[in-house]
Amino acid sequence: MSNYYQPEIETASPEQIREWQNERLVKQIRHVWYNVPYYRKKMEEKGVTPDDIKSVDDLKKLPFLTKDDLREAYPYGLLAKPLSDCVRIQSTSGTTGKRVVAFYTQHDIDLWEDCCARAICAVGGTKDDVCHVSYGYGLFTGGPGLNGGSHKVGCLTLPMSSGNTDRQLQFMTDLGSTIICCTPSYAAYLAESIHEQGLQDKIKLKAGIFGAEAWSEDMRHDIENKLNIKAYDIYGLTEISGPGVSFECEAQTGMHVNEDHFIAEIIDPDTGEVLPDGTKGELVFTCITKEAFPMIRYRTRDICVLSREKCPCGRTHVKMSKPMGRSDDMLIIKGVNVFPSQIETVLIQQGYPANYQIVVDRVNNSDTLEVLVEMTPEIFSDSLGKITEMEKSLVAELKAMLGIYAKVKLVAPKTIARSEGKAVRVIDKRKI
Amino acid sequence: MSVNQISIFLENKTGQLAEITGLLAENHINLRAISIAETADYGVLRIIADDAEKATSVLLAHGNILSMTPVTVVAVEDKPAGLSELLSLLSDGDVAIEYMYSLFTHQNGKAYMVFRIADEEGFTKLLASHGLTPATAEELNLK
Repeated sequence: MSNYYQPEIETASPEQIREWQNERLVKQIRHVWYNVPYYRKKMEEKGVTPDDIKSVDDLKKLPFLTKDDLREAYPYGLLAKPLSDCVRIQSTSGTTGKRVVAFYTQHDIDLWEDCCARAICAVGGTKDDVCHVSYGYGLFTGGPGLNGGSHKVGCLTLPMSSGNTDRQLQFMTDLGSTIICCTPSYAAYLAESIHEQGLQDKIKLKAGIFGAEAWSEDMRHDIENKLNIKAYDIYGLTEISGPGVSFECEAQTGMHVNEDHFIAEIIDPDTGEVLPDGTKGELVFTCITKEAFPMIRYRTRDICVLSREKCPCGRTHVKMSKPMGRSDDMLIIKGVNVFPSQIETVLIQQGYPANYQIVVDRVNNSDTLEVLVEMTPEIFSDSLGKITEMEKSLVAELKAMLGIYAKVKLVAPKTIARSEGKAVRVIDKRKI
Repeated sequence: MSVNQISIFLENKTGQLAEITGLLAENHINLRAISIAETADYGVLRIIADDAEKATSVLLAHGNILSMTPVTVVAVEDKPAGLSELLSLLSDGDVAIEYMYSLFTHQNGKAYMVFRIADEEGFTKLLASHGLTPATAEELNLK
């Protein structure tokens, strides 16, 4: 029996959803036209005015928004409400030094938490559950989003945040956590620790909500077997709100997009042309209910497929597949967005050559990042101590830029593989 | 009175050292001393060659990363306590050693030690005050 948070919305007829979308889109476009000069200029450049947008069919007339726009408009350029109406920011790791900062009014927080509450109900969560949130809290949206959703469902919420595995396990066993929310790699790590410490009998988990990084069906089965739970996927991005933009139901065959809040489109990443459902392409979102930071046709760079096939769970909202890749060079490492250009920036600032290679791997279900740098006469010293110091300072600068640890490996000159004269910058050995 | 040492960057992988020695062999360069300092991923190879200038140009021509470092060579008696006596002098004179290794050269009952000392001047003065002088390039038959 399915468990819904807002049944009248989640199982609404496609016609009803379409009606909401039409009405909200028209209103949203007027909102950004009158309140965000940046959007107005973009629309004017494309020769579109709010009068041209009468329904979802007109969405394709609107310009796309990209991460470059966010960078250009940083920090307030896309804000659609006075700052005095905003109550929160969340942020992602930066690209070339600048972060994405998203603003929320109380209304925006509410709808975001509603989305997360739907995700928790979809995995069977009720007010009798103990919801253990091990996503990071703070600027990262993972912790705050699921925390808010868990409150709305009425679960006893454990705001654990990430790290300190022994403490996580102690609370999990002492307080009887029944739902765990974290990255899939941390879930796999927790599962191993539980087995190592022989705590299997003391664990009461029944379901897990895992997102913020790519994971395979094999990994799902592995986590499900080791923890004796059902493992569900959740998707989201800070620009659009955070986790809960879409979530998996009991069918475990894709994630329902919360279409009353977000319109999903699939486009050809090269031409921008809208592709029909069932076709693989880049996922684009339009926020139709958010007030402070409403992204219009935001290109996620995630490649996936939308499906409108009837779902056995009773939900009528469109389903998206797990992202199958990216249409840019962004890497997701330990749930953190990493662009090769960020690493390049740090190397150049620190006086290293821009001749580097990034090796990403997954060891014991956890991502590893290694940056290979070719030694140069300028960096080289007869003193091993001096080289080690430089290495340490580079590791610290990379950590400051990326937010995660990167191992630095100094290699002999001309050893970084080049193909067709162009260096291969990224080697991703993860088998996802 | 110092001697030129060549320090070469080595990635920690099989065959790196053989490549360097092979290159020196082809060019008829003889080694008088060799030492390696290493971390898990890389190392610094330190050599004293009979012809430092030639060795440097050959190594650079093959894309190696290197630097020249002045080091001090001191003769010690080739008998028990020979090195210990010298090191006691340094210790008493408060002279810190960055690193040290030995030369292959062995003559007139003497062995030779290579020293890298930050305060080279202080080191030379200390030696002089005990009637000692560093070995010269000529004495060691180096170009």
